[in-house]
Amino acid sequence: MAEFFHRKLERNAIGFVVAIVAVASIGGLVEIAPLFTIDETVEDAPDMRVYTPLELAGRNIYIREGCYACHSQMIRTLRDEVERYGPYSLAVESKYDHPMLWGSKRTGPDIARLGDKYSDAWHVAHLINPRDVVPESVMPKYGWLARNALRTDDLGLHLKAMSRVGVPYTQEMIDNATNDAFGQASPDSSFAGGVTERYGEATHVRAFDGDAARLTEMDALVAYLQILGKLTDAAQPKTASAEE
Amino acid sequence: MTNRGSKAVALEKRDPVTGRMTTGHEWNGIEELETPIPRVVIFFLVVTILFSIGYWIFMPAWPLGWTYTKGLLGIDQRTTVEQQVEQAKAERAVWMDQIEQMDFATIQADSALMGVVQEAGATLFGDNCAVCHGTRGTGGKGFPDLAAKAWLWGGDPEAIAETIRVGINSPHEETRTSQMLAFGRDGMLDRTQIDDVLAYVQSIGTASEQAQPTPEAAARGSEIFAENCASCHGEDAKGMHDLGAPDLTDASWIYGGDLQTLHTTVYSGRQGHMPAWEGRLSAADRKILTLYVLALPQEKQ
Amino acid sequence: MVAQLTSGERQLSLVVLFLLGLAGLAMGVAGRGDPIGVHGLMVLVIAAGLAFVVMASFYAPEPSPERLDHYYDDPSKVGIVLTMIWAVIGMFLGVWVASLLAWPDLTFDAGWASFGRLRPAHTSAVIFGFGGNALIATSFHVLQRTSRARLPDQFSPWFVLIGYNIFCVIAAAGYFMGVTQSKEYAEPEWYADIWLVIVWVVYFAIYLRTLARRKEPHIYVANWYYMAFILVVAILHIVNNLAVPISLGSAKSYSLFSGVQDAMTQWWYGHNAVAFFLTAGFLGMMYYYLPKRAGRPIFSYRLSIISFWGITFLYMWAGSHHLHYTALPQWVQTLGMTFSVVLLVPSWASAGNALATLNGAWHKVRDDATLRFMMVAAVFYGLTTFEGSFMAIRPVNSLSHYTDWTVGHVHAGALGWVAMITFGSIYSIVPWLWKRERMYSARLVEVHFWLALAGTIIYVFAMWNSGIIQGLMWRTYNESGTLTYSFIESLVAMHPYYIARAFGGLLFLTGAVVGSYNVWMTIRSASASLAKPTEDMPEARLSPEPAE
Ligand code: HEC
Ligand code: HEC
Ligand code: HEC
Ligand code: HEM
Ligand code: HEM
Ligand SMILES: [Ca+2]
Ligand SMILES: [Ca+2]
Ligand SMILES: [Cu+2]
Repeated sequence: MAEFFHRKLERNAIGFVVAIVAVASIGGLVEIAPLFTIDETVEDAPDMRVYTPLELAGRNIYIREGCYACHSQMIRTLRDEVERYGPYSLAVESKYDHPMLWGSKRTGPDIARLGDKYSDAWHVAHLINPRDVVPESVMPKYGWLARNALRTDDLGLHLKAMSRVGVPYTQEMIDNATNDAFGQASPDSSFAGGVTERYGEATHVRAFDGDAARLTEMDALVAYLQILGKLTDAAQPKTASAEE
Repeated sequence: MTNRGSKAVALEKRDPVTGRMTTGHEWNGIEELETPIPRVVIFFLVVTILFSIGYWIFMPAWPLGWTYTKGLLGIDQRTTVEQQVEQAKAERAVWMDQIEQMDFATIQADSALMGVVQEAGATLFGDNCAVCHGTRGTGGKGFPDLAAKAWLWGGDPEAIAETIRVGINSPHEETRTSQMLAFGRDGMLDRTQIDDVLAYVQSIGTASEQAQPTPEAAARGSEIFAENCASCHGEDAKGMHDLGAPDLTDASWIYGGDLQTLHTTVYSGRQGHMPAWEGRLSAADRKILTLYVLALPQEKQ
Repeated sequence: MVAQLTSGERQLSLVVLFLLGLAGLAMGVAGRGDPIGVHGLMVLVIAAGLAFVVMASFYAPEPSPERLDHYYDDPSKVGIVLTMIWAVIGMFLGVWVASLLAWPDLTFDAGWASFGRLRPAHTSAVIFGFGGNALIATSFHVLQRTSRARLPDQFSPWFVLIGYNIFCVIAAAGYFMGVTQSKEYAEPEWYADIWLVIVWVVYFAIYLRTLARRKEPHIYVANWYYMAFILVVAILHIVNNLAVPISLGSAKSYSLFSGVQDAMTQWWYGHNAVAFFLTAGFLGMMYYYLPKRAGRPIFSYRLSIISFWGITFLYMWAGSHHLHYTALPQWVQTLGMTFSVVLLVPSWASAGNALATLNGAWHKVRDDATLRFMMVAAVFYGLTTFEGSFMAIRPVNSLSHYTDWTVGHVHAGALGWVAMITFGSIYSIVPWLWKRERMYSARLVEVHFWLALAGTIIYVFAMWNSGIIQGLMWRTYNESGTLTYSFIESLVAMHPYYIARAFGGLLFLTGAVVGSYNVWMTIRSASASLAKPTEDMPEARLSPEPAE
C-alpha cells in the first residue's frame, strides 16, 4: 500500500517536490518558532546594556579575524565548565548579539566571562604576539590591529542597522556613534563624557591600547574583550556577595 | 507531467546473483531489486523510536506554544548543574573548611593540606594567573617573577593575599596603587641626569653594564637617586613594600635590567596592572593561591 | 564550447554578462573603500573576461541540430575540472591551517594569512568549491541519463556552474579580506547570499524542466536525493542568512536573529548543510555511480524509500545536538538528541543498501580502485553517522563538544565519505565524458586510493586521540575535588596530534594532486577514443517524436 503510494509519488516531479518541502519543514518549525513564543526562553535582565560603538566595532573585528573559530563564548551547564570559567551562560546575555558567537570549537579557552579578567596591557601584548606572554600558545599574532586606525565614520550606520534588527539604540546614540568611539578610548578628550552619559557609569573609558592619541583597531577589540560577560549581571549567582 | 510515454516500463526480471526480482524499471542500465526491508532495520527503527518516546516522557521535550512539556522527572539542566556544584562544594568542605579557618602558618605546617593546595593551586594558577606570571610563576617582561621571592609588597601571606584580592592599579575600589613616575617625559630629569642615575643603578646591582658607566657618572647619579628615587625605592635602593616599589639591587627585574629598558622605565614611567580577583575567585581559592604562590620557589628550584 | 551555444543563447549570455558586469560596477562604485567594492571589481573583471570568451565565438556558425541527439555534457566536463582544482586548493588550505595549529609562527604577518581567516576559506573551498562543483557536475550528468532527456537548454547549466563558482570565489576572497558573517558554513555576506539564491533558483528550474521532459516514468532515487539537496539547501540558506546590511555600499550586515534564536537557526542550518549538502547530494552521486560501476542492481528499492524519507524528515530535527547543555532550552536539546538517535537507522540503511549492492561484485572491488573508493566511502559514511548519532547523545556530547573529536568526526565524514565517493565518481565519469576507454593510469588511481585511505586514517585517529584526551583533561578531577589540569596543559598535550594530523592531511592532499594529474592526462590523452555508445544518448534520438 505504502509502496504503491510511493510508486505514484515518484512519477510526479511536482508532487515529489512538495512532499520534500513539507517533510523537511516540520523539524525546523517545531524547534525554532517556539523559541520566539515561550517567554522563559530568554531570561529577564533589566540591567542589560547595549554595546558601545567602540565595543561593537571591536566585536566586528573579532568576527573579521575569525576568533570565534577557536574561542567559544558559551559556558555550558556542566560542573567542570562552571568551576573553570564561571557561572553558566544565560540566553539573555547574547540577546543583543546579531549574530551570536557561541562558537563550536575550543582551540583556545572559553571567553564568555573574560571581561576585566586581565589588564588592557596584557591583551595588547597577547594580541601582538601571544607567545610573548604565553609561550605554549598556538594563537595567531595580530600585530596589524595595533597599526591599523579604526574606521569610525560609518559607526552610526552600524548602530542603525542594529536598531533595525531590534537592539534598543536611541537616536542620540546613533547620532553620536563616531564621537563616542573616540571618546571611549581617549579619557581626557571632550568626547569621553558622552560615553558614560549614554551607556552608563560602569562603561570602561580608557586608552585601551595604551595610546590615547590614536584610535586603533586594537582599542576596539580590547574594549570588546573587556566587557565580555559584563553587559548584565543576570548570570552571577545571587550568593556571590554573601560568600565573601 | 505524470505518467508519460509508458513504453519505458520494462519487464521485471530475476537477478541471477541474488535470485531476487527487480522492480522492472531501468535507468540507463541501473536496476533495483525488490528486496524486502530487512527485519533488522524495522527492529532498530522501533527500538530507537521507543527509546525516544520514553525519553520524551521523562525529560523536557515538546513545545506547546507558550510552554513545553517538562517531563516526569522534572529535570532541568540548570538545577542539575547547580546541585552538582553545590554537592562538589560540600564534598570539598572536608579540607576546604580547614583552609578557610586555619591561619596561613598552620596550613603551611600541615603537609596533607599543603598537598591539596599544590593540586588545587596548580590548576587555579594555570587557568587564571599563568598567562601573565607564566605556568611556573616565573613571570615575563612586565609581569613579576613570583618564584623569585623578590616581593614588591612584602612576602608575608597576608600581604600577598591582599594583593590577589584587590589587585594592583586595578579597577577594584580598594586596589593597591603604585606608580613609577615618568621622570623623563614629565621633565623632572633631563637626559644626562637619567644617564647618570642609571649609571648609579647599574653600579649597585645586577643591571647589565652595557654602557660601562664611569664611576663619576655613578657618583653623580647617586645624588640624583637620593633626591628623586629614594623616597620610593629607599636609601639603599632595596625597595619599599608599602609603596610596591621594587628592590633595584637584586637580580630580579620586572621589566628588565638592560640599559634600554631601564631607560624606558625611568623616562616614561611604569604602572603595572595586576587584576583584582575578588568577585571572580572565592576567598578560599584566593587563599589557596596565596599558599601556592608562596610555595613556588621551594618547589621549582 | 561557446560554439555549441545557439546564437540566441550566445546573445542571452552577453546580456546576462552585461547585467552582471553592471552589478559589479555598481558594487565597485558604491563600495569604494570597502571590501564590497573590491568584490564588485572582481565581478566586473570576471564578467568582462567571460564576455570576451563569448565574443570570440559569437559569430561562429550555428551548432548542428545533431547536438540534440546527445546529452549536453560540456558543463559537467568543466565542472569536473573545477572540482579537482577546488579540491587541491581546499585541501592545501586544510594542510595549511593544520600546520598553523602545530607551528603557529609559520605564517606571514598579514591578516589574510591568519588562522581565523584561512579556516573558513578551507571549509568553504572544500565543501562548496570541491563538494558543490562535484554535485553540480554529476547531477547534470545523472539527471540526463536517468531521465533519458537532454538538459532543457544550453545556457542555464552554464549560468549555474559559473554563477556558483563566482559565489565561491567571492566567498574565498571575502574571507581573506575579513568579510564574514561568522555563521559557520554560511559565512559569505548578504550580497553573495542573494546571488547564490538566484543561481540556486535556476539550478532547481533545470531539474524540474529536465524531469518534465523525462522519458522514464519513474524518477530515479539519485534524483530524489539531488532534489532534496537543492530544495532543502535553498530553504536553509534563505532563512539562516536573513540579515540587514548597514548600507548598500558596505559588505557588513547584522543578522536578523540574535542570541539563542540565532544559535538554533544557525545550527539548524549548519547541521543540515551537513545533511543535505554533504550527505543527500553525495548519496545521489553514490546511487548512480556505484551500481553503474559495479554493474549490479540496487540491493533494495524499498530500503531506498525508507532511508530517503527517514533522512529527509529526521535530519531537520537534529541541529540542536550542536547546542547541548548551552543556553538553548533543554526541551530543544532533547528533540535534537532523540531524533539524531533515530536518524542512525535510515543512515545505516542507506550505507547498507550501498554495500549490499556490491554483492556479486566484490571481486571488482578488489581489483578496481575506483569501485573501492566508493565502497570505502560507504563504510566511512556508516562510521561517521554512527559516530554522529553517538556524539548527539547529551552525556557523550558533554565530552566531545568543543574538542577535536568533533573535528575528527567531521573529517571521517569529509575525507572518508564525501571526498572518497567524489573521487570514485570522478574516476568513473571522466572516461565516460571524454570518451576514453579508461583513466590515463590505473596505477595512479591505486596510488591515490592508498594515499587517501592512509591520510584519512591518520587524520581521524589523531583527532580521536586528541579530542578525547582534551575532553577528559578538561573534566578530570583530583581526589580532593578540584580540576586536575589547566587549559594550557590540555593545549600542550595536543601538540603531537596536531603534527600527526598535518601529516595525514598532507598524504590526502598528495592523493588529490595525483588524482588531478591523472584526470588531466586522461583528458589530454590522444589514445583511441571510444566510438559513442548508442545507449548514452537521450530518448529523442531513439524515438522519432520531438522531446516535449
Ligand atoms: C588558532 C586558534 C586561535 C585563534 C584564531 C585565536 N585564539 Fe585566542 N587563544 C588561543 C589559544 C590556544 C589560547 C590559550 C593560550 C593563550 O592564552 O594564548 C588563546 C587565548 C586567548 C585569550 C586568553 C583567554 C584566557 O582566558 O586566558 C584571549 C583573550 C584570546 N585568546 C583572544 C583572542 C582573540 C581576540 C582572537 C582573534 C583576534 C583570538 N583569540 C584568536 C587560540 C586562538
Ligand atoms: C593581567 C596580568 C596578570 C594576571 C592575570 C595576574 N597577575 Fe599577578 N601581577 C601582575 C602584575 C603586572 C603584577 C605587578 C604589578 C606591578 O608591577 O606593580 C602582579 C603582581 C602580583 C603579585 C604581587 C607580587 C609582589 O611582589 O608583591 C602577586 C602575589 C600576584 N601578582 C599573584 C597573582 C595571582 C595569584 C594571580 C592569579 C589569580 C595573578 N597574579 C594574576 C599581572 C597579573
Ligand atoms: C613614586 C614612587 C617612585 C619613585 C619616586 C621612583 N620609583 Fe622607580 N618604581 C616605583 C614603582 C612603584 C615601581 C614598580 C612599577 C611597576 O611594577 O609597574 C618602580 C619601578 C622601577 C624600576 C623597574 C624595576 C624592574 O624590576 O624592572 C626601575 C629601574 C626604577 N623604578 C628606578 C627608579 C629610579 C631610577 C628612580 C628615580 C629617578 C625611581 N625609580 C623613582 C616607584 C617609584
Ligand atoms: C587535506 C585534507 C584536509 C586537512 C589537512 C584539513 C584540515 C582541517 C583543519 C586543520 C581544520 C580546523 C580544525 C580546527 O579548527 O581545529 C579543518 C576544519 C574543517 N574541515 Fe578540513 N581538512 C582537510 C580536508 C577537508 C575536506 C575534504 C572537507 C570537506 C569535504 C573538510 C571539511 C572541514 C570542515 C567542515 C571543517 C570545520 C569543522 C568544525 O567546525 O568542526 N576538510 N580541516
Ligand atoms: C546520523 C548522522 C550524523 C549525526 C547524528 C551527526 C551528529 C553530529 C554531532 C553530534 C556533531 C557535534 C556537534 C558538536 O558537539 O558541536 C556533529 C558535527 C559535525 N558533523 Fe556530524 N553527524 C552525522 C553525520 C555527519 C556526516 C555524514 C557528515 C559529513 C561530512 C558530518 C559532518 C559534520 C560536521 C561538518 C560537523 C561539525 C559542525 C561544526 O561544529 O562546525 N556529520 N555531527
Ligand atoms: Ca589608542
Ligand atoms: Ca551568509
Ligand atoms: Cu549535526
